[in-house]
Amino acid sequence: MRILKCTINGKPVQVGYDPRESLLDTLRNRLHLTSVKRGCEVGECGACTVLIDGVATDSCLYLTDWAQGTTILTCEGLQAADGSLNPVQQAFVDDFAVQCGFCIPGIIMSAVEIVGTGKTYTRDELRKMLSGHLCRCTGYQNIVGAVEDVVEEINGTGACSEEARAAFAAVAQKARLVAEE
Amino acid sequence: MEQLREVGKPEKRVDAFDKVTGRAMFTDDLCPKPCLEARVLHATIGNGRVVSIDTSEARKVPGVVGVFTCFDTPDWAYPVAGHPWYADSKAAKRDLADRKLLDSRVRMYGDNIAAVVAEDTVACDRALRKIKVEYEEWPVVYDPVESLKGTEHPVQDIKPDNLVAHTCALTSPEKLAEHGYETVDDALNDPAYHHIAIHTETGEQSQVHIETCVSYCYMEGKKIVCVASTQIPHIMRRVIGQALGIPWGDVRVIKPYIGGGFGTKQDIHFEPLNAWLCQQVGGRCVRLELSREELFWDTSGRQPKSFDVEASYGDDMLLHARSIRGISNTGAYIHHGHALVLNSVNTFRWLYHTNEVASRSEAWTVLTNGPHTGAMRAYGVPEGVWTAECLMGDIAYDNGWDGLEFRLKNCIREGFVDEFTPGGAVAAHTCTLPECAAKGAEWIRWDQKKREYANETGPIRHGVGVAFFVYKTAVAPFALETATARVTLNQDGSVQLQMGATEIGQGADTVFTQMAAEAIGIDFADVHIVSFQDTDVTPYDAGAYASRQTYVSGTAVKKAGEELRAKILAFAQRLFPEAPAPLDLRDHMIFDATGAEVTTLANVALEAFYNTEENDALSAYATANIHTNTIATGCTFADVTVDMPLGQVTVNRIISVQDNGRLINPKLVEQQVHGGMGQSIGFALSEEVLVDPKTSRVLNDTLLDYKVPTFMDVPDLKADFVESDDPTGPYGNKAVGETPIISPAPAIRDAILDATGVKFYHMPMTPQRLVEGFKREGLI
Repeated sequence: MRILKCTINGKPVQVGYDPRESLLDTLRNRLHLTSVKRGCEVGECGACTVLIDGVATDSCLYLTDWAQGTTILTCEGLQAADGSLNPVQQAFVDDFAVQCGFCIPGIIMSAVEIVGTGKTYTRDELRKMLSGHLCRCTGYQNIVGAVEDVVEEINGTGACSEEARAAFAAVAQKARLVAEE
Repeated sequence: MEQLREVGKPEKRVDAFDKVTGRAMFTDDLCPKPCLEARVLHATIGNGRVVSIDTSEARKVPGVVGVFTCFDTPDWAYPVAGHPWYADSKAAKRDLADRKLLDSRVRMYGDNIAAVVAEDTVACDRALRKIKVEYEEWPVVYDPVESLKGTEHPVQDIKPDNLVAHTCALTSPEKLAEHGYETVDDALNDPAYHHIAIHTETGEQSQVHIETCVSYCYMEGKKIVCVASTQIPHIMRRVIGQALGIPWGDVRVIKPYIGGGFGTKQDIHFEPLNAWLCQQVGGRCVRLELSREELFWDTSGRQPKSFDVEASYGDDMLLHARSIRGISNTGAYIHHGHALVLNSVNTFRWLYHTNEVASRSEAWTVLTNGPHTGAMRAYGVPEGVWTAECLMGDIAYDNGWDGLEFRLKNCIREGFVDEFTPGGAVAAHTCTLPECAAKGAEWIRWDQKKREYANETGPIRHGVGVAFFVYKTAVAPFALETATARVTLNQDGSVQLQMGATEIGQGADTVFTQMAAEAIGIDFADVHIVSFQDTDVTPYDAGAYASRQTYVSGTAVKKAGEELRAKILAFAQRLFPEAPAPLDLRDHMIFDATGAEVTTLANVALEAFYNTEENDALSAYATANIHTNTIATGCTFADVTVDMPLGQVTVNRIISVQDNGRLINPKLVEQQVHGGMGQSIGFALSEEVLVDPKTSRVLNDTLLDYKVPTFMDVPDLKADFVESDDPTGPYGNKAVGETPIISPAPAIRDAILDATGVKFYHMPMTPQRLVEGFKREGLI
């Protein structure tokens, strides 16, 4: 057993782990962060995606041992203190992007990373950026729509509420996301 | 159509908030870890038997709690398909018992022969590697035609000739005589008509739900509890009882949110074994999760099938007679058996039977040593409709006819009743297929694109294609259709809704909530649905399959809702005897016959709970036993680019337009159509479980080698509808869930034919098959 010290969802964490263990297992089995899903365990489906120092990562392929001192964000860390949804989560609800919901937390984490770049993208660019995730329910249609909408809302030229931008900024800080210049 | 109050609204999903916050609990999320883990040892031969198993070294692995082999488990078989059971009075309808918990008879590569329970999965896997097995090996047969010739050792002893079933529906001699024929073949071969014959094949598609198959079991007193990712919790309770030989009431199954099923989880796979292992370790909690690799060959995919088809047709563009003969390879186990290919050949007939004077629908289901198969979304229908549409596409192409006009002249019409179904229960009570087709043709710009793409040359070409579909709703009259719903009034005037029917991602909970609100006369937000099923408390329902729940379970919701409404009004009348009858409930208020307010619903609810003189907990529990059926229809139009040297098909634009009756929630139906289209595009172009015929071993059991469409493989998907008010559905609704996976694949095939003139008959049309086809035709 070793001790992992890192920051998860804005809080300092210390937890024992087996050095052979994946971050996926540590997050799920020891910290009960069950939004992080196991779909294939070999980096094919993307359901276990979390942000590690702002980078969307398959936690099934990432040893807990490597996570010392990192800042990790999971879907549990996205809601604001008052319980309101992050704009990315809200877009997934409003655009009917959710069906069985098993792949959704992972895709939301990639979407947070995409919004965090501060840029806007075409639908084809978004499809490529999200292509590390498999979803079997939606044909991807409404997921692409939701990500397109929230990227446009936060990073686009259209009207965006200050609350939404602030909510996203708070998460970006928590995740150590850095907008590209 | 009459506007309804809650039904028909695009309400947001009741589960969306929990799912985007990661708070929605799936099976493994609830598991009390650390607990014991179980893993299964799979045979490394494709046919034969286990002579002996030496577990002595495996037992010594640190952390191992128990090693159990096929010689330890009960020696009786049980059925595993997600079908209703039958009482002794209808015992002949029961599924066949063809599975044991572990079995020394190895029927396929990877069959389950032993299991390890240990403190963690590492110890399980180490122990599995130390189990020594001695086999007697027999030749493997994967080709169903070969298998039908007989094998020295039948795959299943209960089917000595490897034939699960053979059926044949023929036009009656009387009807044939009306047209001067003695046999269906006479009508097919009538020289006054053109004749065509084709052969089609469809591969094994895998469901690839992103959540694996997982369960955990523990004991409460003498009761065994199984928490499982399943579409069919009540059936699972029965099957665990049968497999373990214990009273069914001693089994409790809990079904949390599930991460997709698409038919895999309409079978019972490892839950009975896990329950038995739990018993062996004194009721301690045991978790059994399949790996992604195991899912491809040790849960049940779509049966591979082949079809021989003939037709005769006239210069007037009317079909005269058709014949389909289908062979389905069920693999090493019967599971869902013959129902699947029966669906293929029946829907082949229904879709274009309008003008025919003769038809033959014949089918065989055959046991081989292939991976076992079972239900997958649309349950045999995509294969039958693929075949029907290959035929229609070829005839139109060969005669220079417009494929859309040809289909419209021959397709199913409102009022169609299947002459072969007992009591004529399978019928198209409504059918807006022509309107659907018109809508789709306009969106794809059918005539314009046909002209535009007509005379292309060179290696890259474009085409547009069309395909229609039919799909029945639920399984009556072939099997029992029953569902139960319970509604209970809360103290605040809101309502608890409890269903045995299961939410599996398709949105069932949301549409049940809308239907309950409609029936009771309250708002969507006033209905609290209990999403998890627990067989100890949940009313009985067979579960999520056959696109049945909105139709069958929805009828139970409506019945229970209307009953509760009547009880609320009767109780209000008792409280206010002077109020002029009849009372009415709307806008959270009780009104009298004059329209005057009597009291609030919340007040009635409080009185119902706490009235000291005559309180009466108001609830309703209603069962719907459904004997009707209704056919949903629709079509897909696709616009493709074909790069012939690369064997690459790009779907540029695609639309499905469907008649699903009245849409209970149009946004949720749209979601279903998107998902079905994505899966059908995969089936059309890339998805196939590849089996080595020499060993029956699956060759591509990973998500890298089994090609599910990614974000980049599907275009924007367009879903549209022409609603109709079905007289048999609780709110005019018909089947939805499975319907959209049927017509996109054959529409893509038709578009490839339009682009290149090359006819493909084998789905999926992988780059390999495409390049071979273009080479054969001298195009590359």
